[in-house]
Amino acid sequence: MEPTRAARKRPSRLQDNLVYSLVWLACLAPLLWLAWKGLAGDLGANPIEKLIRQLGVWGLRLLLVGLAITPAARIFRQPRLIRFRRTVGLFAFAYIVLHLFSYVGVDLYFDLGQLWKDILKRPFITLGMLGFVLLIPLAVTSTNGWILRMGRAVWQRLHGLIYLIVPLGVVHYYLLVKADHRPPLAYGAVFLLLMGWRVWDRLDRKR
Amino acid sequence: MLIRQAPDLSENEVTGQDLYLRRRSFIAGAAGLGLAGLGGAAAAAPLNFSKGFSTKEPPTSREDVTTYNNFYEFGVDKSDPAENAGKLKTRPWTVRIDGECEAPRTVGIEDLIKANKLEERIYRMRCVEGWSMVIPWVGFPLKDLLATVKPTSKAKFVAFETLVRPSEMPGQAWNTLDWPYREGLRIDEATHPLTLMAVGLYGETLPNQNGAPLRLVVPWKYGFKGAKSIVRITLTERQPATAWNRLAPREYGFYSNVNPAVDHPRWSQATERRIGEFRRRETLPFNGYGQYVADLYRGMDLKTYY
Repeated sequence: MEPTRAARKRPSRLQDNLVYSLVWLACLAPLLWLAWKGLAGDLGANPIEKLIRQLGVWGLRLLLVGLAITPAARIFRQPRLIRFRRTVGLFAFAYIVLHLFSYVGVDLYFDLGQLWKDILKRPFITLGMLGFVLLIPLAVTSTNGWILRMGRAVWQRLHGLIYLIVPLGVVHYYLLVKADHRPPLAYGAVFLLLMGWRVWDRLDRKR
Repeated sequence: MLIRQAPDLSENEVTGQDLYLRRRSFIAGAAGLGLAGLGGAAAAAPLNFSKGFSTKEPPTSREDVTTYNNFYEFGVDKSDPAENAGKLKTRPWTVRIDGECEAPRTVGIEDLIKANKLEERIYRMRCVEGWSMVIPWVGFPLKDLLATVKPTSKAKFVAFETLVRPSEMPGQAWNTLDWPYREGLRIDEATHPLTLMAVGLYGETLPNQNGAPLRLVVPWKYGFKGAKSIVRITLTERQPATAWNRLAPREYGFYSNVNPAVDHPRWSQATERRIGEFRRRETLPFNGYGQYVADLYRGMDLKTYY
């Protein structure tokens, strides 16, 4: 345990709730913004495509924020940041569920035959679906009860799947872009950076 | 003419005499104004035209047609062209027409507009990405323009080149595509009566984001075949290289006829979303223009020549 932590005063309950509310609000903001724009008819000429893209991009961004929490907590010596991993991770899952729903329900209009064909034929959809399916057990076992039931070690091994899921999301994005690959590459670079920190950290601890 | 007999053209679409006469007075007026348009970006100016071959389907709103564009010279987002194209100066503007022809020439855009009989043609436009619009273009058949340079028997293809001017086209700062944007047609496609050189939209000169001052419209092909802001048209003996084909040859063929039976490698082309509609609709072979153009491809395997 780091000495700074013992010395630090625990924040009051009010402060704690305030910070939690801010994190919630930050995670909800893109959704509220999309809903607002959507209701105002302000999502452009092709609102369905815009909605699907935006929900997907925000899901990916929140996944990356979730991966950034551990390094941030360590680098800035703020161990209590760790508790937001669950909040951010579940919000990421929610965005991805909405992303998938807007594609299956709104774009395909529940044409499940077409959905199945897409999954089999289109690599970017295959990979996206795979990432989504792998996210489900992580969302389900995100509660304290499941951590206790599974035991910390097994739980952590399961949640290590996130290191596979996030690059699936990045490749899913990369494969659907027509010409300008800079945005998905930028997300990929952020992922590599966060993974690089983990590798460095592990080596550092062994020394 | 073949196209005039089209079943979706009705009596009331034939040029009325009033329009015909107004057009004459417009031309006289335009001649009187002379060099008024010289210098600077042109604001939307009304054009005079007759009604030509058109679909009966309701046109997509002007707002959607002018704010949802793929024109990578101004950025890759659909909203980028409308936001960034304002800087483009479309006057003065000349087009070089050369290659396999007897009378190559360079012609100014004003002369081009004056010399050609403008028609409004309301065409469906199907984007390779799976959406579509109905757009009221104003323009003239490409074949009329090509006739003025007297193509030789060696002219088997026509190549189009878009302006390169990074100072006014911010998207060209990055090599998303290998600038200049190039497109091409086979000579029989280029001289088909449906193939249009558009100078206007919704009755006025083209907005910059839609390819001002001069663009190609080939309604039975995916939208990207319609080169925008054209500065050069070259008749060639060999099939010319085209921008998207060079970037991803497996995904964008030279022909790129709208074809619901041949999927893009990454997505289905069987359906499309008409901008403004909720449910997807079936995509038609040759974008619904098969009765006029299918003969051009008789005997060709359209899965091979996608």
